[in-house]
Amino acid sequence: MKFGVVVFPGSNCDHDAFYAIGNVLQKPVEFIWHQSENLANCDAIILPGGFSYGDYLRTGAIARFSPVMKSVEKFSNSGGMVLGVCNGFQILCEVGLLPGAMMRNSGLRFICRHVHIRVEQTDTPFTSAATKGQVLKIPIAHSDGNYNCDEATLAELEKNRQVIFRYTTADGSGDSAGNPNGAVHNIAGICNRERNVAGLMPHPERAVEWALGSNDGLVVFRSMVEALVGAAKATA
Amino acid sequence: MATASTEIRVTPEIAAEHGLTAEEYARVKQILGREPNITELGIFSVMWSEHCSYKSSKVHLKRLPTRGKLVVQGPGENAGVVDIGDGLVAAFKIESHNHPSYVEPFQGATTGVGGILRDIFTMGARPIAVLDSLRFGEITPSKYTSKEEAAKNRRILDGVIRGIGSYGNCFGVPTIGGEVGFEPCYSQNPLVNALALGIAKKEEIFLAKAKGIGNPVIYVGAKTGRDGIHGASLLASAEFTEESNQKRPNVQVGDPFMEKLLLEACLEAMQTGAVVAIQDMGAAGLTCSTMEMASRGGTGIEIDLAKVPQRETGMTPYEIMLSESQERMLLVAEKGREHEVLAVFKKWGLDAVVVGQVTEGGTARINNNGRIAAEIPAHPLAEEGPVYRRPIAPPALRNETAADWFAFAAEGTNLTQNFLKLLASPAIASKRWITEQYDTSVRTNTLAGPGASDAAVVRIKDPKTAVAKRALALSTDGNGRWCQLNPRVGAMHAVAEAARNVACSGARPMAATNCLNFGSPEKPEVMWQFSEAIDGLAEACTALGTPITGGNVSFYNETLGKSIYPTPVIGVLGILDDASQVLKIAFRDEGDVILLLDGSNSAVGAQHAAPHLGTQSEFSSSEYSKTIAGITAGEPPAIDLVAEKRLIDCLLALAAEGALQSAHDVSDGGLAVTLAESCLASSSVVGAQHVAPHLGAHLKLEAESPAEAAAFNERGARAVVSVTPSKLAAVLDTARQYKVAAREIGQVTRGGAFRIQHKEREVIHSSVETLRGAWAHSLERTLTAK
Repeated sequence: MKFGVVVFPGSNCDHDAFYAIGNVLQKPVEFIWHQSENLANCDAIILPGGFSYGDYLRTGAIARFSPVMKSVEKFSNSGGMVLGVCNGFQILCEVGLLPGAMMRNSGLRFICRHVHIRVEQTDTPFTSAATKGQVLKIPIAHSDGNYNCDEATLAELEKNRQVIFRYTTADGSGDSAGNPNGAVHNIAGICNRERNVAGLMPHPERAVEWALGSNDGLVVFRSMVEALVGAAKATA
Repeated sequence: MATASTEIRVTPEIAAEHGLTAEEYARVKQILGREPNITELGIFSVMWSEHCSYKSSKVHLKRLPTRGKLVVQGPGENAGVVDIGDGLVAAFKIESHNHPSYVEPFQGATTGVGGILRDIFTMGARPIAVLDSLRFGEITPSKYTSKEEAAKNRRILDGVIRGIGSYGNCFGVPTIGGEVGFEPCYSQNPLVNALALGIAKKEEIFLAKAKGIGNPVIYVGAKTGRDGIHGASLLASAEFTEESNQKRPNVQVGDPFMEKLLLEACLEAMQTGAVVAIQDMGAAGLTCSTMEMASRGGTGIEIDLAKVPQRETGMTPYEIMLSESQERMLLVAEKGREHEVLAVFKKWGLDAVVVGQVTEGGTARINNNGRIAAEIPAHPLAEEGPVYRRPIAPPALRNETAADWFAFAAEGTNLTQNFLKLLASPAIASKRWITEQYDTSVRTNTLAGPGASDAAVVRIKDPKTAVAKRALALSTDGNGRWCQLNPRVGAMHAVAEAARNVACSGARPMAATNCLNFGSPEKPEVMWQFSEAIDGLAEACTALGTPITGGNVSFYNETLGKSIYPTPVIGVLGILDDASQVLKIAFRDEGDVILLLDGSNSAVGAQHAAPHLGTQSEFSSSEYSKTIAGITAGEPPAIDLVAEKRLIDCLLALAAEGALQSAHDVSDGGLAVTLAESCLASSSVVGAQHVAPHLGAHLKLEAESPAEAAAFNERGARAVVSVTPSKLAAVLDTARQYKVAAREIGQVTRGGAFRIQHKEREVIHSSVETLRGAWAHSLERTLTAK
């Protein structure tokens, strides 16, 4: 089992993802440079947060053209597990691995704070270690996290149960009250139809120890580890 | 002036336009042994500007204590460096970007943050935290501030906040603390002081000292443009007049993405072992970096401007040398290994060009397409510039009487409404609306972000193993109002409060950095304020064991002839040996005993029956007096550094024993505000397994009169701690050992009521939620009002 964390110029949560997997969960992990054309035999890929290519033009708009993304696309098309966090989510939308797009936060300001998100689906490799309806406390830090898509796509997302995280309040009751950025249907994270690619705006890698205010984010990485262990057993 | 060519003949008039006095110009000619050409004149004028040369402050700064057993690098380099154990060092420094932030708030603030971050990674240290100390004019209309002016101040604040956030967030460093203050005097001269902290291995610290004759000099980073020419000399070293808007082109433009690449590339290049020296191009750009590297190294330097990457065509040597384009570095590599360095920058997609070499002798030679554009002896330029012992004169005595002072309310008066008004005032109100616009959690080191503890606390992950054993705490403080009333005492309070804040987080204060914001040094009263403040800082830093390791001086903070309050801002750095022992301000459990720790000897048994003049004069300088009565007068509270030291030592002992549930120092707004903040923080406890909503407090203040003085005075050397009843005896015992008075003033209660009794009479009674209503959103409401 090996995780790969892609490093774009301007990635700044790459070290945090690396730390969460390598140091907190003690699993093998390495960095993958954006100009690399292979994924170093990694079994799961993380596109970290940050400001790839300065987020010039539009968030994630330039990163999608980097050499490494061709490999990531190929990898995901063959069923490989890809998680995009924050800027990584934005890149996945830009490259078309996930539907929809991000708009500026409804308040038109950068927001950094702990928010609550509810796990909506547990039949994905990113949420299998969580319980359905579990509320996670995880920080956000973004200007452009206002997820949006057209009506038809939204209906598809809901119908196929692709919305895996939704903003809510601490007790899980007030979704729109807990929505920090205006995202449609209070969407905090989605997966693709095949359920092997997911993106979310909150930063699970920043919520991995009590000292940081929460360790609720670990459940995402634990789920991925379990999925990889399961996959390894299946092929053994 | 910006389009001047080398062909212009320099005259005394042109020298004067460059801000050089007749004597300074004569000295230029003496050093050169001839008339300077226009490029050389430009170089001298920026190097000898107040901003770069410290010509008015140098003689005073010498009085500051700069040595200590943990100090690895004191003032004079890009940042101060202290030993934090386990082979690691911390580099930290605070710097101002006041004038640019008034002229162009967003870009002024971004480049302020960018500049201080470069100072840190130039030393080889990875930045891990930024704090900002900000002062603005009033954001609501008052008798000093018109509606239009208040609106303008809100716009300035908004631009500065966005600028700070924009740069730090993209760069990937958490912005985790600092303070925001408001006074009419900052209306046309806001203060934007940015502090950055970084970590490096001790043996991998880099200095800006050219070495090795023949070693190549490499230019890296952004291309040079015409932006920011004379930012240091004309913008930072002169006061504002009505024409200041025309100085907008003198403000630089920041690009945090470029800086992020520069950071990663520089740290990676340093790891090759082929980098000999490195210096960022900040104020005075290529001029300062070439001249200072050569001067410090005792070498010469030769560069060819034709090789400098340029963003615009047709730039003259004058413009290239004086440009303050951001995100640029100059480094010296080991001869024969330059390709290793160049390869790293190529990997990160950055320009890196060999532009010259280190030479023998002490001459800096600037070539341009085979012609000599400037030839100057580097050391005399950098180190033998003008030094002034400017005239000093104390201001006229203030003949205040009791009529000018705050008049206390009759005993028994209900103070709840005043208290709510105080909590809602911009100085006291929650700054959450501001700090949420900063990324506070990137790099997963933040143990106490804004408002959680008295100091911002980040843990130190070992660069190799990522194991976090220790943590660093930082606090910035400075009370301009107090310094205006008494610069010496006010400056001492700034140090004491920053150190006390650090101690309240459980960390041992170890060193300090300072940003000295003052008016024009050409005014004897301003120089008196400056000199007094320096003496205050020196005394307090010595007494509290926090040597000054660097910082900067910002003079000419005046508009239309009016100076700001003298505002020395102090950043104190402390260390926690155990990162899991961070103390926070929030009350935690019902039934915990609330103690007021007081380091002053008079605290034991001293009871004032009636207000005496001292109390009244002192109270008139408080936040309460200003907010409730509109009175700013009298004197800052008397300061007792011995008491401060006792309190700090006692807090550290208690923290080490793990005896405290919470700790919060008494400062702006006095004891009542301290207690309210501990209650308000309790429902948002972050980082503890248990969350305890709706905690309140029931307090009895007996020792002092009148009630307003007891609840709102801002005397130092005091902190409020809460203690589990089972540990109370041990805590009282420790306090006794440190000769610190520990008075039981109340209990943490459930149900969310906040009550303060004074001599059996209830003077404040409110629910914590009502307090929260006043405190939590008042700043947001003011700043987002249309």
